[in-house]
Amino acid sequence: MRWCVLVVAIVAMFAAGSRFMPVSAQTRRALTVAAASDLQAALPEVIRTFERHSNATVTVSFGSSGNFFAQIQNGAPYDVYLSADIDYPRRLIASSHADASSLYQYATGRLVLWTRKESGIDIRGGLRSLTDARVMRVAIANPKYAPYGRAAEAALRHEKIYDAVRGKLVLGENISQTAQLVDSGNASVGIISLSLAVGPALRARGTYMEIPAAAHPPIDQAAVIVSASSRKPLAREFLDYLKRPDITEHLHKFGFAAER
Amino acid sequence: MDWQAMALTARLAALVSVILLVISLPLAHWLTFSRRRWTFLVESIVSLPLVLPPTALGFYLLMSMGSRSPLGRWWTEWTGHPLAFTFEGLVIASVLYTLPFAVQPVAAAFAQIDPNLREASATLGASGFRTFVRVTLPLSIEGVIAGLVLSFAHTVGEFGVVLMVGGNLPGITRTVSISIYDHVQALEYAQANQTALVLLAFSMLVLIAVYGLRRRPWAAAPIA
Repeated sequence: MRWCVLVVAIVAMFAAGSRFMPVSAQTRRALTVAAASDLQAALPEVIRTFERHSNATVTVSFGSSGNFFAQIQNGAPYDVYLSADIDYPRRLIASSHADASSLYQYATGRLVLWTRKESGIDIRGGLRSLTDARVMRVAIANPKYAPYGRAAEAALRHEKIYDAVRGKLVLGENISQTAQLVDSGNASVGIISLSLAVGPALRARGTYMEIPAAAHPPIDQAAVIVSASSRKPLAREFLDYLKRPDITEHLHKFGFAAER
Repeated sequence: MDWQAMALTARLAALVSVILLVISLPLAHWLTFSRRRWTFLVESIVSLPLVLPPTALGFYLLMSMGSRSPLGRWWTEWTGHPLAFTFEGLVIASVLYTLPFAVQPVAAAFAQIDPNLREASATLGASGFRTFVRVTLPLSIEGVIAGLVLSFAHTVGEFGVVLMVGGNLPGITRTVSISIYDHVQALEYAQANQTALVLLAFSMLVLIAVYGLRRRPWAAAPIA
């Protein structure tokens, strides 16, 4: 009996919650965005100003680009997809899960070596410093599916130290988990995105050294509107907003190189 | 099929089950038979992983294994390498994560033993240890086996904690569940499906074994 009352109470709570939620959503237009986790530091500010600018409510999910790709292919209810690898939006367009006309390359990602200040490891020598014996573990994103991981592996091969460093590599599931493996003190150095290294969370805690863009294929980032979206006018407004010079400037400040 | 991940997972699960067997026998014995008032507090701690999200446990493990924690620094000084991203690290994480699955079936089996039998053994002059080996253990062997099987199975099914502290090293920390996740992430659905099917069949067999074991006492007990 007591259990029945509890169950009824919980169900009633959820019912009441779902009744009230759409009321606030009706007055403002809503948009859901799936964003690559390298945007974790830079995007929130963009979203805030866009919400004011267009009187809209934007919900952002951060995660790995590959994950979102698979989810959108299977009907995930996102309106806009910001991918760290332009290849995923292109494939969504090819399978008509995304609108070809909406494809916009908003930036190119940059790669850096990052270590915590108190690690005592000197990374000023660039990638070669990874061969130092005091560097026990090097965290990179999983090259099998993470764009920054692929670029990191390419840079190590380009520098001809891949075989020397291979035994030290540990793999993060996406670029922010990779950063967190280093930030928690479990890996000595990480190859992460410049956007995370200069973001508010890591800037104060570590030092970074840029890896030359010539050392790896470009990490072209692109936005696209999902075909199944029922909120395309607002999605288009959002993409137009991303193209504004002040937003490009903001992304630049957060470590995204301007489109080549 | 990722045979390396399969072999690693089997090795991990076997080792964790044996360690947990050694821990769970005295622990369950104490929890069941101790007259102390605060056994329920220890019981709560043991059962914590049942309700705590693996990400919470993974987060605390990651923080305590890293060079930011004294424990992590001490381990690195002692062994020469950090605990995260190693097989030993995974064993420790799995033991913590699977503890309730080993202790609870054993404690439940101990609790079902007729107290008269244990008292009779004591009255006849048997030591506590002898009573345990000759009376308590044989009468609760099904609970012990269930604990062993569940420990093995639960370790095989571990994902969140391994993702957070494993570092995805082939042959060291890339377990079957991580391997499936990797295949899905890389959009290799056929390979993911192969490995997942093997796990599905394995899990079903384990559960059939556990529930099959549980049926026997019911069948033997007179129905009121």
